[in-house]
Amino acid sequence: MELLVASAIGIMTAGGLYLLLRLRTFPVILGISLLTYAVNVFLFASGRLTIGAPPILRDDITRYADPLPQALVLTAIVISFGMTAVVVMIGLGAYLGSHDDHVDDLPEPDADASEGRS
Amino acid sequence: MTHWIVAPVILPALVAPFIVLAARYHIGIQRVFSVVGVLALIAIAGGLTWQASDGTVTLYQLGDWAAPFGIVLVGDRLSTMMVLLTAVLGLFVLLYAIGSGWDDRGRHFHALFQFQLMGIMGAFLTGDLFNLFVFFEVLLIASYGLMIHAGGNDRLRAGVQYVLFNLIGSTLFLFALGAIYAETGTLNMADLAERVRLIDAEETVGIRVAAVLLLLVFAIKAALVPLHFWLPSSYAEAPAPVAALFAIMTKVGAYAIIRVYTLVFPPDLEVTQGLHDLWLLPAALVSLAIGMIGVLAAKKLDRLVAFSVIGSMGMVMISIALFTPEGIAAALYYIIHSTLAGATLFLIADLVRCSRANLQLTPQAPMAGAALTAALFFAGAIAMAGLPPLSGFLGKLLVLDAAFDTDLVVWIWAVVLTSSLISILGFARAGSVLFWKAHSVTPPEGETPLPRPAPLSYVAVGGLIALLGLHTVFAGIVHGYTTTMARDLFAPGTYIETVVDTPGKLSKPDIDKAADKEDH
Repeated sequence: MELLVASAIGIMTAGGLYLLLRLRTFPVILGISLLTYAVNVFLFASGRLTIGAPPILRDDITRYADPLPQALVLTAIVISFGMTAVVVMIGLGAYLGSHDDHVDDLPEPDADASEGRS
Repeated sequence: MTHWIVAPVILPALVAPFIVLAARYHIGIQRVFSVVGVLALIAIAGGLTWQASDGTVTLYQLGDWAAPFGIVLVGDRLSTMMVLLTAVLGLFVLLYAIGSGWDDRGRHFHALFQFQLMGIMGAFLTGDLFNLFVFFEVLLIASYGLMIHAGGNDRLRAGVQYVLFNLIGSTLFLFALGAIYAETGTLNMADLAERVRLIDAEETVGIRVAAVLLLLVFAIKAALVPLHFWLPSSYAEAPAPVAALFAIMTKVGAYAIIRVYTLVFPPDLEVTQGLHDLWLLPAALVSLAIGMIGVLAAKKLDRLVAFSVIGSMGMVMISIALFTPEGIAAALYYIIHSTLAGATLFLIADLVRCSRANLQLTPQAPMAGAALTAALFFAGAIAMAGLPPLSGFLGKLLVLDAAFDTDLVVWIWAVVLTSSLISILGFARAGSVLFWKAHSVTPPEGETPLPRPAPLSYVAVGGLIALLGLHTVFAGIVHGYTTTMARDLFAPGTYIETVVDTPGKLSKPDIDKAADKEDH
């Protein structure tokens, strides 16, 4: 299970980073979403991986799942969900306004517009 | 346990929804509530600073849960001073926003402004790393709204870059927190400070990665080169009062570095050896150089100011990276100065924009109210470039003095002094093009001159410059205070004891809970 979780985190992070380095907003937002998935699983795993144990501390229980990372993940999910919604809206506004969804700076008005674009 | 320490977070959190719900369509009522809220914040922050000034560390356990289990707010000298600085800056920025009419150019300015203040205050007061992340997100999401306030394509595009960069920063923060939790099993800063020391010297890989990741996150916030790319365009495109308020946001990063890297990963800790002198200091030196070269190279006034903010953050970080009590004391003095000077310059850039066609640094016809604006620009530029008589000069002297005994003194002195010269050139060039060369250009016929800025705008900018003056006149007192603060930071025993040993729910049974209950 460790291998599965670790490689899942690794692959999602790698894919997310690749998409982050793209030039247009849509792949970059997808990349950030992938990265947040990766970080959510990572946070979840930071409390050690246990199967079939309750996330509750009681006096007579010796085997339990760490409840704190689950609370942290919940917070992180909510925040990243909201942030993604915000960036989609702002990105959409910027695209509709200037008909261009590159994330990098606009070229100077006197420079050749096609230069440095893919 | 008094509840005042949570008031800087609660008060804006109540004022903001009230403004949205009850005063949505009436800008006058919004203004009144916003200003009264900020005035109350200043009063509360002043009280808290006074309370902490004798070295008392005030602890607030949310929900009365004891420290490692619950979230705590901690008010010591450093955090209360930063809260007071934020509140005072907030007042002047708000006055400017009202005077210049920026708050009426889009919806919900005042509500977002209050939420922004809430996030900043929370980030300064919290004693828990995950809570710090949450408050970072609060201040960021409010800043996204403020950043694109009043709209416009350029602003939206800059907003996309700003939001994306900060989302990446937040993700990194979460990775760092996960790594820290996996290694230590706690996220409370005081508890971490005790546990990090216990980590076996053979098994420090995880915690070292976490320490570096955390430093990267705070460096993004502090706009340290090479993580500064989000700052110039977003600060230049943001509405001026918002950019002026953002002057404190870079300081949140600096504050977090000071707090975490004196408390949790202090300089004498084996695990993080080399992080400060090997990585942080060179990055800070490059930031200062890049920032000041940017000042000289900028073609527009707003970009110039944004680069000067990067440069002054470089200066702050040089002083922090020394990680000596003298260095931290000088850094804290310079943080106050740099916040006020950066905000002043952003507001002055907007004074210029108000009565000039654009902010390009090319000779254009004289503008209305140029004399007063020029005088204010002169004062602001002197402060930012670090010339006598204003506090930038004193701050720079303190930094140079703190660096005198280190091995890298030659590098630090060379970079600081050369970059000062470059920034003086940059500001002098900008000022002469904007205000002097204008007189040699005849205005085109039949064009109505743009209006002069409102008097309240001048009051706000003048107030900030007066504060800079006070910061200079009372430099001895302020520096004495920051010196005691730095001494506290390097001897965090009181802080850790207060946080860890104060009883609450779930605290260790050997502590007498009866004594605690009497306080409630």
